[in-house]
Amino acid sequence: MNETAFKRMKDLPSTHLLGTGTPMCAGCGGLIALHEIYDVLGPKSVFVNAAGCMTLLSVFPFTPFRSSWLYTSMASAPAGAQGVRDALDILLEQGRMPPEDDLDVVVLTGDGSAYGMGLSSTSSAIERGLDFLYICYDNEGYGNTGHQASGATPHAAKTSTTRGPGGFSGYKKDLFSIWAAHQPAYVATVIGSEPLDLARKIEKAKSLRGPRLIIALAPCPTGWEFEPRDSIEIGQLAVKTGIWPLKEYVDGSVAHTVVPRRRAPVEQYLEKQGRFAHLFHPQRNDRLLAELQARVDGYWDSV
Amino acid sequence: MSRELLTGNGAAAWGARLAEVDYVPAFPITPQTEIIETLANWFESGEMPGRLVTLESEHSMITAAGAAAATGVRVFTATSSQGLLYGMEMIFSVAGWRAPFVLVNVSRGLGTPTTLESDHTDVLAARDSGFLQLHCATCQEVVDTILMAYRIAEDTRIRLPVIVNLDGFYLSFTREPVELPDPALARRFLPPFDAQNLRFRASAPTSQGVAVLGGSPYSYFRYQAHLASLRAIEVYDEVADEFEAAFGRRHEAIEAYRCEDADILFVMIGSFATKAKAAVDQLREAGWRVGLARIRLLRPLPVDALRRVTSGARGLAVIDQNLSMGQGGVLHSEVASALYGHPKAPPILASFIGGLGGRDISPEELYEIAAETRKAIDEGRSPLPRLLFTRDELREIRKLQAIAEVERNELEVKR
Repeated sequence: MNETAFKRMKDLPSTHLLGTGTPMCAGCGGLIALHEIYDVLGPKSVFVNAAGCMTLLSVFPFTPFRSSWLYTSMASAPAGAQGVRDALDILLEQGRMPPEDDLDVVVLTGDGSAYGMGLSSTSSAIERGLDFLYICYDNEGYGNTGHQASGATPHAAKTSTTRGPGGFSGYKKDLFSIWAAHQPAYVATVIGSEPLDLARKIEKAKSLRGPRLIIALAPCPTGWEFEPRDSIEIGQLAVKTGIWPLKEYVDGSVAHTVVPRRRAPVEQYLEKQGRFAHLFHPQRNDRLLAELQARVDGYWDSV
Repeated sequence: MSRELLTGNGAAAWGARLAEVDYVPAFPITPQTEIIETLANWFESGEMPGRLVTLESEHSMITAAGAAAATGVRVFTATSSQGLLYGMEMIFSVAGWRAPFVLVNVSRGLGTPTTLESDHTDVLAARDSGFLQLHCATCQEVVDTILMAYRIAEDTRIRLPVIVNLDGFYLSFTREPVELPDPALARRFLPPFDAQNLRFRASAPTSQGVAVLGGSPYSYFRYQAHLASLRAIEVYDEVADEFEAAFGRRHEAIEAYRCEDADILFVMIGSFATKAKAAVDQLREAGWRVGLARIRLLRPLPVDALRRVTSGARGLAVIDQNLSMGQGGVLHSEVASALYGHPKAPPILASFIGGLGGRDISPEELYEIAAETRKAIDEGRSPLPRLLFTRDELREIRKLQAIAEVERNELEVKR
């Protein structure tokens, strides 16, 4: 990444666009990421939202955005983006709208929509080459409804629908690869606790045309069971342990943008969260811990 | 003005073309496909400016339609049956966006059993959505009604999407002579869409489709949409006047055919009403005082017009090509609720279910319906609802069942 305006932390935007007083939970990792993304993206945008936590950002008659907003449904935010983008293009082509009134069309959904119900409409928007930015805040469960297991829930995590001793029996879906397999203009993973990496990726996405998709891991105090003040530290541990690889897909290849020099043991990430407490209490589940470590090691060995 | 032989689907495509729609989000479903194929060709050849985009589902199609309308362009789309139901979440949602566009529904029976043929259970499932509903009986009406629908939808007193309904097969694939309005006249009748503040622009940020907290703001916005829908009754009449002045054809909210001195009225929607018209003529020749009230504007329901048209009759025979399981005909209950307690309401209200999944309603059945209604008038008691089905049909079903059983037994013997 050469031509970035964000070389050091002090290069990050100092004015913040997203308003305060939203009903998001204290310590919401998704909101942190959205703040940082929005500062780079700028206010000439329309957010097309799917059902999820962030649907509650715009509640009549308030909005924290300086941009426009359209709530659609859980499954069809990318189709809403298609309609808005097509309409703007028609108006521009026919000279019915001045070019300075154009907008970046941004889909904003949680993992419940992105990994599941909305995947078909996302796949089709990419296939049509829709010029849009997709932001998924991934808190690894249906957060807004009390954190039930979703397609993004990691193996062994306790959720409100997987309370047994083994936690969630499935494995987190590899949405990055699913999206990248469509060969869109850009795919990246980000996290709010790595603001410089995040800013560079949004900067790059903004400079491209076509489908650009971002997954932000969103540490979730209420769903993952940790103190709101630990949100940033848990995000940093997700990167340090190698659990959340920061990477991007562009021009047909995948590159890791932050490679932890010596990966910390995954335990350090897991033990800070109530959703993994059953791996440590009443007694350590060495077999499951070893499996989780082995999966992370296996990933990094393969890249 | 030119005269062409067009199918109902072709007429729908021409309606969209004459309305100079900017944008058509599409998804194919039988029996609607000819509409989007025709429009796709016109966009491709440059005969229509704008664009058609094929989405991956009706749910997405209706989302894109509402989103584009909310961005300020004129939108047209079309679907049918299972497709309408697949998109039903968004049918209700986009109506609340108050973004006007026109959706043509080509009526087809709903599964199960799976069928391609026509009835009205699909479109009536959208009855409570906030979409206005206009029902056509002829190909001419399809073209005309689409032009009228945009005028009503885009009126700043209304700002609601409209479903224009036509019957699958019976109308979608039937060729009829159609007077195509002159494009310049059509443009004068329906000028370009002035979206005003309904738009997304960098210079004027706006929030659409937002959540509310609590029942008060929720009720406020729902009531607003309801009251706007009710306003469409008077707006419809204004638009019908203007349409008649421009093109010389009048389309009433409720078509009253030979109703003036009628004792018995058939009450229907859709293209089978043309069969009922023929039956009315036959019965009149035989000395019966029979008429037909065909409801074109189903949402909003023009209650006063319905009361006026039916006020002289002694008995109504409501023929429903739909079935609300466990209740009966939807149109029957609509008419009952509109007329109940009205001093001039006909004393007899009879319900007949027929024409499901493309099943024909024969002239003999229409005569029988009239006879049964007359008997009820004489006896002073409304009859029980009737499900139209003949002895011959039942015998055919039994025959198929017998064949299936023989075949299965033979297979089992071989095994």
